[in-house]
Amino acid sequence: MVFFLNQMINGLTVGAVYALVALGYTMVYGVMRLINFAHGEFFMIGSYLGYTTLVMVLADSGLPLWLMLLIATAASTVGVAILGVSVEQVAYRPLRKSGRLAAVVSALGVSQFLQNAAMLVWGARYQAYPPWSAPEATWRVASVNISFMQVLIMAVSLLLMVGLYMFVQRTTAGTAIRATAIDHDTARLMGINVDHVIRLIFIIGPALGAIAGVLLGLYYRQIHFSVGWSYGLKAFTAAILGGIGNIPGAMLGGLLLGILEMLGAGYISAAWKDVMVFLILILLLIFRPTGLLGERVAEKV
Amino acid sequence: MSNGHDIQKTPTANSALAKARTSRMSTSSTTLFLAILAAVLIVLPFVASDYWIDVCVFWGINALLSLSLNIILGEVGLFNMGHSAFYAIGAYTTAILSQRFGINLWILMVLSGLTAALAGYILTAPIMHLRGDYLLVVTIGLNEMIRITLINNPFGLTGGPNGLLVLDQFRIFGKVIQTPRDFYVLVWACVAVLLFSLFRLQRSRIGRAWNYVREDPVAAESTGVDTRWAKALAFTIGAGIAGATGTIYAAKMMVISPDSFTFAASVMLFAIVILGGTGSIPGVILASGAMLVLPEVLRDFARYRMLFFGLAMVLMMIFRPQGLWPSTRWTTKMRESGGK
Repeated sequence: MVFFLNQMINGLTVGAVYALVALGYTMVYGVMRLINFAHGEFFMIGSYLGYTTLVMVLADSGLPLWLMLLIATAASTVGVAILGVSVEQVAYRPLRKSGRLAAVVSALGVSQFLQNAAMLVWGARYQAYPPWSAPEATWRVASVNISFMQVLIMAVSLLLMVGLYMFVQRTTAGTAIRATAIDHDTARLMGINVDHVIRLIFIIGPALGAIAGVLLGLYYRQIHFSVGWSYGLKAFTAAILGGIGNIPGAMLGGLLLGILEMLGAGYISAAWKDVMVFLILILLLIFRPTGLLGERVAEKV
Repeated sequence: MSNGHDIQKTPTANSALAKARTSRMSTSSTTLFLAILAAVLIVLPFVASDYWIDVCVFWGINALLSLSLNIILGEVGLFNMGHSAFYAIGAYTTAILSQRFGINLWILMVLSGLTAALAGYILTAPIMHLRGDYLLVVTIGLNEMIRITLINNPFGLTGGPNGLLVLDQFRIFGKVIQTPRDFYVLVWACVAVLLFSLFRLQRSRIGRAWNYVREDPVAAESTGVDTRWAKALAFTIGAGIAGATGTIYAAKMMVISPDSFTFAASVMLFAIVILGGTGSIPGVILASGAMLVLPEVLRDFARYRMLFFGLAMVLMMIFRPQGLWPSTRWTTKMRESGGK
């Protein structure tokens, strides 16, 4: 039972990170019908930018730790949001009128480009967040271990998810996003600037990814240029699991996938956990392509 | 949620007619290309060093793989991003059977091809109906699943992360195929045979059905083309050729490991077909060569190879979606719409 609860907490922690990344996939898909393969790379670069800010800029500043982490996260978020908007401008905007597959190939190209760029900038070896950057505190509640980082990750993601949900449901900009997701042309007729909406999506999605990247870097300490791809693929699975294009779906899917993965790793086999995740993805696409709360993905031929 | 901006274009009625009219023209340029290629390849062994011959062996292996992916991705337009999985299945079938039973490599080439073809058929049967980008994700998943399975060494079959040794060699009438020059002849002979079959296939009922499915699956289905059958056939044949290529690779390398069949390898094959021109045989051969020869010529360039190919994929989609050497269908379309 203790083991089960521990795995649940580990799962919820990883799941919260998946959910934040999945939101980026699902929002871009909802508005543009594009699987943004570069999204995992935003997450990875976010992690690296946070690392660089901490190690290169803030290490000897003498500021309190919480302020340093806040500055590093903010720097990484802004950097990745700028990157996201530029990628949209350069690689996706010219292709909006071409077929959707042209955009997918372009997205893959961006993904490869960013991955290799990160490898050239930060090196092919693992980089580590410094030991002082993440508080070590661990609590023991009824013989279940909970670390400070786990609580932080869950709290921050919950806050961001609730914030995003309120933003999309309650504000004018959020209404514009929802309208654009339903129909570009009609939205345009209603006076919505679709280009602005898409730009906004490419600010919010990558920014959430960057925060997730910093959190994950602090949690696992180690970062590598390939994590964007592996986490991206899992987050994408999470988005499908919840129903792609659906914001609460991505949150639900992320948490569920995190829990499934950790329970699978704990009770079945850690070496096969990635195989299980992909198996879930494939089975979902075959048997329930709509996900838990979403739209159809199979070709209607 | 549905919106109007991804409605498929309806096919133009005269495109088939136009194809018949213009295909002769671009056939002559393909013939010219093949003649030049053949001439270069025949002269090369007499002038080039062993090192360059070796580079060309890998070019040939790459060309075989890219041509097999081209059947799936180019001819039928199925976004298969996990092609190295089939290649891996072929190579591992060869290594396991050769190690345990000492079966002749020529027989193993056939067996590996058949195993990979069967795997291609079975693994893709449930996912073939998925829309392009989803198929892409699922094939990435398949690729990763197979690679992780190889690493995890099920039943002690695959040797885990270190892989397996292949100590046997191809033999023809007692001559052992060992040196780079031997492999050069073997590989390019295979390419020649494959090219001949592919050109025949392109012009057959099957080839036309494939292209029809790629251009408009709904119209294809309504005119009596069994799209499911066409897709399954492409996957089976493409996977089979990749599997047989795996045998050659295993014999050449003498050691195979999961590292050779990563997702990055699949991306490279995918990029070759897209950059060369989907469905264009000369384009794919050229691109597969460029992928290997350019990094050799420009040593400093090797580090930036994947960076460059990522960028090229983006730029190609924006400025030249038809690829470097467009296939006949593309040139036809361009000419029909007044050079647009």
